[in-house]
Amino acid sequence: MLFLIIKRILLGFITLFIVSLITFVGTEILPGDACTTYLERQAFGEQLEACYRRLGLNVPAYERYVSWAVNAIQGDFGYSLSGEMPIKEVLGPRIKNSLVLASAAIFIGIPIALILGIVTALWRDKLPDVAISTVTIFAMTIPEFISATLLILIIAIWLEWLPGIVIVPTDVSFLELLPNIILPVIAIAMIMTAHMARMVRSSVIQVMASEYVQMAILKGVPYWKMVFKHVLPNALLPAINVVALTIAWLLGGVVVTEVVFNYPGLGRLVIESISNRDLPTVQALAIILASIYVSINLLADLMTLMLNPRLKTLQIRK
Amino acid sequence: MSDIIQKVKNLSIGFKSKKGEEILILKNISTKIKKGETVGIVGESGSGKSTLALAMMGYVKHGLYTIGGECEFNSSNLLNMKSKDLEKIRGRKIAMIPQNAGQALTPNLKIGYQIDEALQLHSDLSEKEREKKISELLNKVRLPSPETIALRYPHELSGGQQQRVAVAMALAGTPDLLLLDEPTTGLDVTTQAHVLELLNFIAKDTGTSMVYVSHDLGAIAQVSDRIIVMYSGEIVLEGPSRDILKRPIHPYTHGLLKSIPKLSLAGLPESMPGSQPQPGIIQSGCSFFDRCNFSEDKCKNTSPQLEFLKELNTSVRCFNYEKLLNESQVNQNVNKIKNNSNDKEILNLSEVSISYAKQKLLDQIFNRISDDNPTVQDININIKKGETIALVGESGSGKSTILKSIAGLLKTKDGLIRFDENRNLSSDLKERNPNDLRIIQLIFQNPDESLNPNHTVEEIIAQPLKLYFGLKGEELNKNIIDLLQKVRLGEFYMSRYPRQLSGGEKQRVAVARAFAAKPDIILCDEVTSALDVSVQAAVLNLLQQLKEDFGTTYIFVSHDLAVVRAISDRVAVLYQGRLCEVGPSNDVYKFPSHPYTEVLLGAVLEPDPDIKPKLVAEDIVEEKPPEKGCSFQGRCSRIVGDICKKDIPPWQLTDSGNAIRCHIPIKELQKEQL
Repeated sequence: MLFLIIKRILLGFITLFIVSLITFVGTEILPGDACTTYLERQAFGEQLEACYRRLGLNVPAYERYVSWAVNAIQGDFGYSLSGEMPIKEVLGPRIKNSLVLASAAIFIGIPIALILGIVTALWRDKLPDVAISTVTIFAMTIPEFISATLLILIIAIWLEWLPGIVIVPTDVSFLELLPNIILPVIAIAMIMTAHMARMVRSSVIQVMASEYVQMAILKGVPYWKMVFKHVLPNALLPAINVVALTIAWLLGGVVVTEVVFNYPGLGRLVIESISNRDLPTVQALAIILASIYVSINLLADLMTLMLNPRLKTLQIRK
Repeated sequence: MSDIIQKVKNLSIGFKSKKGEEILILKNISTKIKKGETVGIVGESGSGKSTLALAMMGYVKHGLYTIGGECEFNSSNLLNMKSKDLEKIRGRKIAMIPQNAGQALTPNLKIGYQIDEALQLHSDLSEKEREKKISELLNKVRLPSPETIALRYPHELSGGQQQRVAVAMALAGTPDLLLLDEPTTGLDVTTQAHVLELLNFIAKDTGTSMVYVSHDLGAIAQVSDRIIVMYSGEIVLEGPSRDILKRPIHPYTHGLLKSIPKLSLAGLPESMPGSQPQPGIIQSGCSFFDRCNFSEDKCKNTSPQLEFLKELNTSVRCFNYEKLLNESQVNQNVNKIKNNSNDKEILNLSEVSISYAKQKLLDQIFNRISDDNPTVQDININIKKGETIALVGESGSGKSTILKSIAGLLKTKDGLIRFDENRNLSSDLKERNPNDLRIIQLIFQNPDESLNPNHTVEEIIAQPLKLYFGLKGEELNKNIIDLLQKVRLGEFYMSRYPRQLSGGEKQRVAVARAFAAKPDIILCDEVTSALDVSVQAAVLNLLQQLKEDFGTTYIFVSHDLAVVRAISDRVAVLYQGRLCEVGPSNDVYKFPSHPYTEVLLGAVLEPDPDIKPKLVAEDIVEEKPPEKGCSFQGRCSRIVGDICKKDIPPWQLTDSGNAIRCHIPIKELQKEQL
């Protein structure tokens, strides 16, 4: 078991290393570099040389990669080009904002998704299922930029209940941020919840049709006890991985929603730094997003391993 | 009056087809189960026997519904009872032992909890008492060290142990009626015999009534007092067990009993034509009409009613049962198989061992397999051209593994597989040339999985013809039709898809595909196990006919020893991947000399109430072959001493050409037989 965890963590680091290499090589191959972008038409002669020296671009690429990597491991991603401030400081509040948005969506969305999924499965083909399933399919298919825009139109503009876009400084406190995130959270949660509810539904239906559930019924186990003891633990195991992917997706920035609501999160930072050709920031973002995906998936795998007795013993035996 | 425990009255269950028609799975079933009696319900898949058993618990599967009739238990109808009341009957008054305990035990709950759950629901015992009771129950079903078993998860037990847990779970509520749905199908022969013996013991010990549902007449014969034979959703014959098995007066049962291979008879039994109709197809007349030897015009138009014959205490649904009354016994005629093997050796396995061990990195680099205790070891078999050799043994005996290696699906670790004395086939698929691939073909157990559902029969059979012979156009077509006729399927099957065929027809297509490559050797992996009993004999007869026509060699793997007896010329008995005995099937079956062969053959269930299985050894399953000594030492009841644990036994030859691997001198082994 321990060996397995260590192996998985090592694999995670290898993945991150490869991601960092790819982004580094990618930014190297692209025509132009930070200095030519920054200096624009003055990018020649003495000024360009000075810029190269200042940014350390005059040393060979592999040396730059090594020094960048060593710093990145310590949490230092260098300087952002556009604002000339440490990337660490740019990222900090953005990560916090994205976390706030994601956790709000998770805490609201996942319980609702589980309940809807279970209800639709247990009342399969009956009225609650038909009604909820229609709504979830709808919520799944409407793209978020449309649902987000509609939300702004109805709740912010017509009803004037909540602010339509988020106009706050990046480093605003949590309480001030709260009313601003209600609409983005709804927009994100709609899609996520719908996806997950359908997943949970099919998983529960599959388990309900299994022989061991039939056996439990024939054993005289009361309905709800059967649902909680025999059905849900087995039906929700496969859901863990889907939930993990969703969380990673949320943390990685829901780009479209953040842009529509002007929300200062990671997703918008990605767009901004790409359009500003702020390559150091793009690199830093790539590494951070990759580590989020890797670590959350690792966590999910370990959780399934712990919860599924079948996998646990199989691993031990090996 | 109160000696009747369950009464089924005019029960019909069915479903609505896509067109909105009502299709019946059960047609107007009426029967009674008495207290303390064991009733066997026998029928092929699709005959409605499981649906009937479930209905006796007031359970109707999703998609089916009750069209009419009642299932009365303690004079209340289970089929319209509220689920609250049903919960009090299920598990407490009527309990179920499922077919596949491996899938019927909830995977995330410990064994102890699952039994405890039944106790909590159906008894007023305190926690301490329940704990004691769990141990008692596990003891009763003869599971070793109950305390540790209770803490295990279902997947940590073997198939036989899981089935015992299911029995313990059912007994927890001390039910008055036990329903058993194919409780031993899927278990090894030896395990099966042990579980049946346990069930018999419980029936006597507790006086519980049992309803035993199975397709296996052999198992039914061992347990039941009365037998109900179902066909196409109807009861066709019902009566005392002995009469039904010895003197079946319904043509279907008669034919069925004739078509089951027996251990005592070498040769292929007569086959029954056709297969059971799909539900909803037969609108009028007798549903057995097409396959019956006695059918007349009357049978086609009017459905016979179930008629009670008082003097025989038997009910029968047939107009012509009287014709069978005069036949005192089922006279089984067998077609003796012709042994047309010549002395030319076609395949030779010498000192073959095969390992499933995962290759370590170093081994991968040097392309070697290192495993001191491989799954299959030291296999020496000489296969002659035109013979049928069968590999038998319990699951885990390595019989399928050897087939895979011959086919090239699995690399051998050591040893040589030689074809035709000089061609080396020890390599796997990638290293074989197309002709090496052509000469060996496989027929798999389950045609549902081995035939591509998106290909027509024509495409399926055309593939080997195109691949190996490059046939095209008219010639290809001619060959396909020719092959279809060889397997007794008409030309019109060409455009059908596998899902439009019955199980037997699908397997015929698989046979045609194998023969399309004009192979020298065909590997048959449990080819009849997925088929219904009445279809099995027909496929076996077909295989035999084709072999005689083409001079093909068969390597036949089956867990069904009676089938092996019927078709094979020679038998190789395997235990834990090691050979125990090799010899002509006549000798092996008549005088099983090796202790394991004796165990194996003793456990076979025959559809005859007078032949009881002999249980010689325990049915413990070993996970790995022993490191040293005889492979069978763990279960052998005749261990001679330390030598069995230390040395691999030598080969001994009998006069008739049997080779036996045992430390006991051959004279002594044979003496025991007499």
